Amino acid sequence: MFLEFFFQYLVAGLTYGTIYAIVGIGFNIIYNTTGIINFAQGEFVMLGGMIAVTLHGFLPLPLAIPGAVMITMIIGGLIEMTFIRWLVKPSVLRMIIITIGISILIRETALAVWGESVRSLPYFTGNEVSSLSIGGVHISPQVLWSIGVCSIIVLFLNLFFKYTMLGREMRACAANREAAALCGIPTKNMVTLSFVLSAGIGALAGCVVSPITYTQYNIGTGLAIKGFTVAILGGLGNSMAAVAAGFILGVLESFSIWVLPTVYKDAISISILLAMLFIRPSGLFGNKEAMRLKDF
Amino acid sequence: MRTSRFTPILSLTGTVAAIQLLTLVSGKDFYLTQLTMTAYYSLVAVGLCLLMGFAGQISLGHAGFFAIGGYASAVLTTLNLSTYKDVPLISLLTRLQVLISRQDLYGAQILSVHPWVACVVAAFLALVISYAIGIPVLKLKGHYLAMATLGFGTIIFSVVLGTQRFGAADGISSVPPFPLVPGISVSGGSSLRVLNYYFAWLLVIVAMLLLVNLINSRVGRALRAIHGAEDASNAMGVDTSRYKLYTFVLSAVLAAIAGVFLTHFNGGIGPSEASIMKSVRYVAIVAVGGMRSLWGTLIMSVILNFFSLRGYFGTFDDAVFGGILILIMLFAPDGIMGSDLLALVRKFVRRTKAMRIQS
Repeated sequence: MFLEFFFQYLVAGLTYGTIYAIVGIGFNIIYNTTGIINFAQGEFVMLGGMIAVTLHGFLPLPLAIPGAVMITMIIGGLIEMTFIRWLVKPSVLRMIIITIGISILIRETALAVWGESVRSLPYFTGNEVSSLSIGGVHISPQVLWSIGVCSIIVLFLNLFFKYTMLGREMRACAANREAAALCGIPTKNMVTLSFVLSAGIGALAGCVVSPITYTQYNIGTGLAIKGFTVAILGGLGNSMAAVAAGFILGVLESFSIWVLPTVYKDAISISILLAMLFIRPSGLFGNKEAMRLKDF
Repeated sequence: MRTSRFTPILSLTGTVAAIQLLTLVSGKDFYLTQLTMTAYYSLVAVGLCLLMGFAGQISLGHAGFFAIGGYASAVLTTLNLSTYKDVPLISLLTRLQVLISRQDLYGAQILSVHPWVACVVAAFLALVISYAIGIPVLKLKGHYLAMATLGFGTIIFSVVLGTQRFGAADGISSVPPFPLVPGISVSGGSSLRVLNYYFAWLLVIVAMLLLVNLINSRVGRALRAIHGAEDASNAMGVDTSRYKLYTFVLSAVLAAIAGVFLTHFNGGIGPSEASIMKSVRYVAIVAVGGMRSLWGTLIMSVILNFFSLRGYFGTFDDAVFGGILILIMLFAPDGIMGSDLLALVRKFVRRTKAMRIQS
């Protein structure tokens, strides 16, 4: 009995872990090319879920989800072009405040468009009660979907950054922006692309988890904090580590419910974030020597 | 020039009185209620201005300190200890006037902490928490500092929202009036409206006096040096971490005191006061006021808070603050009171003049 509970909590933790990981990866992509933290990252997840729900009103699910991802990618690109592209060497404080402002505007627009009601996509396969039994543990097929999609995203990103010209150019831009510009890489376009990419990834995550976690206009801020925690936990800029950190945070949170009231779930993850920032800002898997050269 | 520093304070005092007279003459003295609340919110804003504009440290958790003050005071003054009144410690505290007994709405006897004691405890609590949080948090910079303070704010919000003792989503109501001198108290009653208005603005004036003196002193110069170049000022022998910490604590205590009095004025406090959006609002006000201008912050705080409290922004309340944040940071990062925008206007005027001459 105890073991069964244990695995049930573990699976729940892994489910939440995947979404945290994806938000964390979204932070990393933008951070890597621009050096800024996009506080509106969680809003992309919300937008993805919301747009998919709306599109699903008149489109089948396999079309609604790609459609939602595309639309969110366009929104991500437009946001970058409108607010960020033309700024000349903005200070960190200025960028923080601008992205916070963007997140508020997206949230308020979503509130105006979709209202306060909680929405969700239908389960991709089966329904709420269908479950696969693996070794006595009941797993909703949607959990497998979300873990699967997360793995595909990570795999795709790795291949993209390693083997495609565009991915390499983005990495060059991250390593040294001026040198990249001197090599003829259009660095400004790379920044736009990073926004498009992380918006798309966030939106996809938002669609996949929507059946389990539901989507509401105000889920963005919470997800952004969790995603940032994951990004920090893994070491900012390191996407593979962010996945591992996502699972760690998801599982920790899920087991915390076992001992503490649910309302303190958020406080737990934020305490982890704070502790991490104070003790080891380079992250669990970060290189301390290399991180010493960075500003925290 | 020693006198020039106090001219703005004097004109603030004059304006406060003039506005009261204006509302009296025009018969719109109900505006004073919102103006009083505005004064308390402004207290938070000017404190945050000192931290953001002068010490150069962002805080996205100041609503948390406001809530700490408000909730501490609300809990202590609504606590009912009358069942324990025979316990020696409780009866001793009652005799020392630390605990006072009063009747609630239904005539039941309530033995709770004296508001003055509760206020001191609340301010002290904010001091201790901000000190403890400030030591590790202020070592961080940029994004990390922003996220850490945002995280602090979120913790306070979720604790307030999740704890039954704090009234969960309903907050705490029926907080008693705060007695200032016999006959005068901080409360929402319409007979005390004018007095409350003056008391709230007196607090703001005192705070401004304190802050203006502070930024014109050795401490202020040190803070400006930190904002300009932290490493350089450190090398010049400025104890940067200590100054940053003291500024953080001072602004937190100011926020807590504002929280205490607004809670007594409103007769209650709800979890929305601790929300992230509230913290972002304070940041927006400081940004609009021009990070480095206490007076700019105060003026913008009065305008924005008053409009917001009167409900002029309607359902777009949060969106207005978000939009303001973006617009200001994109086009006038030094605030609309800052010199940049004025210079821009001047440049524009000059250019159009030049064009006219050319044509």
